Amino acid sequence: MRKKWPRMFLYVILVAYALITLYPFLWAVFASFKPYQEIVTGGLTLLPKNPTLDNYVQILTRDENFFNWVINSFFVAGFGTFLNIIFNSMAGYALARLQFPGRHKLFLVILAVIMVPGQILLIPNFLIMRTLGILDTYAALILPSAVNFSYIFMMRQFFINFPSDVEEAAQVDGLNRFQTFWKVVFPMAQASIATQGVFVFLALWNEFLKPLLYISSPERFTLTLGLQTFQDRYATQWNYVMAGSVISIIPIIFLYIVLNRYFMQGFRVGGDK
Amino acid sequence: MKSHKKNKKGEIIQGYGFMIPTLLILGIFTLLPIGYSIFLSFTRVNLFGGVEFQFIQLENYTNAFADERVWAALRNTFEYVIFVVPIQTILALVMAYILNSGIKFQKTFRTIYFLPTLTSSSALTMIFMFLFSINGPLNNVLVNLGILESPINFINETSFALRTIMVMNIWSTVPFFMTIYLAGLQDIPPALYEAASLDGANSLQKLTKITVPNLVPVTNYVLLMGIIGCFQIFDQAYIISGGSGGPNNATLTLSLIIYQYAFQVMGTMGYASALAILLAIIIFVASMIARKLNREERI
Repeated sequence: MRKKWPRMFLYVILVAYALITLYPFLWAVFASFKPYQEIVTGGLTLLPKNPTLDNYVQILTRDENFFNWVINSFFVAGFGTFLNIIFNSMAGYALARLQFPGRHKLFLVILAVIMVPGQILLIPNFLIMRTLGILDTYAALILPSAVNFSYIFMMRQFFINFPSDVEEAAQVDGLNRFQTFWKVVFPMAQASIATQGVFVFLALWNEFLKPLLYISSPERFTLTLGLQTFQDRYATQWNYVMAGSVISIIPIIFLYIVLNRYFMQGFRVGGDK
Repeated sequence: MKSHKKNKKGEIIQGYGFMIPTLLILGIFTLLPIGYSIFLSFTRVNLFGGVEFQFIQLENYTNAFADERVWAALRNTFEYVIFVVPIQTILALVMAYILNSGIKFQKTFRTIYFLPTLTSSSALTMIFMFLFSINGPLNNVLVNLGILESPINFINETSFALRTIMVMNIWSTVPFFMTIYLAGLQDIPPALYEAASLDGANSLQKLTKITVPNLVPVTNYVLLMGIIGCFQIFDQAYIISGGSGGPNNATLTLSLIIYQYAFQVMGTMGYASALAILLAIIIFVASMIARKLNREERI
């Protein structure tokens, strides 16, 4: 089968597709070192004629809010991921291992709400958060996203296959359920936890709609929302847009390189459904 | 016996204890909103300090059918789904198949292809807006190659704005689905291909008789996620049009019109809720149809 494929042709497709994928990123990175004039009149040249760090210096030190947005994004995505890891694992464990009335029904409800499109939750959640007085706070971004039903499902599947003799041994050693979970089971679930962790972080870091709806003070914007203000504040300052975009991508690329295998693991779960 | 009973009771308490955060968030931010949303869709909402509801039966729903902008949004959203879902699914499958055909540097290609999946819609849309702008590289190339006589304002021209979003989103979601397909392809037992080779099957026959049928569950998943995602298209349409859905409603999608009626226009939050319910119903029906078609076609 393999020899019949014209090999060269396949590589041409692969390289062409890689170039199409890379071009916008390379363009943004190089443009972030160009002055505004060069970007809008520069035509096709990718490399900057007079590379400058001005765009970065400007948005990071002189823009009143940009640095806040970076911190906000880190806080919301970081703390949100932390809560997800703990809450999803606890729920997944309970659904897999603990006997309590209504467990099966609860599991079915969780499976059902995975399919509910987010759009129908936005308006009522706006009103609920208004009543709770948490609009325009980080809580509006973190609380509703503090658990993720898909990853609860994933954790349940993981714990169902988890060898129960490990837990029994821990209980013989005198640990109660709670201690067993935190000291024995949770550490052994590392791979599943890392997988959900990277995807939850990615989703929170890149989220646009929720900050748009629930945050109104510019100093509390996340990076994704803040980037948009370069559009109206300065009639689209492309140089700042590019530098800001590059800054917003860097932490994710870093995460991707360090935790690469967990990114790829997530897909087997997805494909299994 | 006694300790067993005590244990059981303890386990019930522990069970609920472990579920508390999930139960709270499920209740307050998911189940309550579903009910609330249905309730809102039958009311007129006034937000003055507090919230006031006026029950107006089906008026929001009947108004939706008479609203020309809703029809425009519906047309745009359907056009978007009908183009994007099949193209991105087929491209994802083809690229995964090529990647899985024993080529070298598979990991390098995979790593590069994955980049758009990592990047926020906010940053990507802004970058594409420049690439597709009147001074941007795309226009430069097309004019220099003589394909275009003069540059096209892709973002601000009625006939191109939605297409631009389509191109961008196909570009940015193919890698995600490609990775899912790749995992699916690697799960097909090689013995199936070996047996087919012995029977003298050619590579096209193997593709249609072994690969595609074995990928039906994965394709179902990809179609489902694609349909749900495409029907909800919002970020790119909002950013490209600055929230207006323009030019001439060309980028007005259902999610965008829901946003506008809920948060930009005063007093139409109930109406927006009715539109959100209609969108949920459309997504549900479309998913069921896609599922059924995919199953019948392949068996």
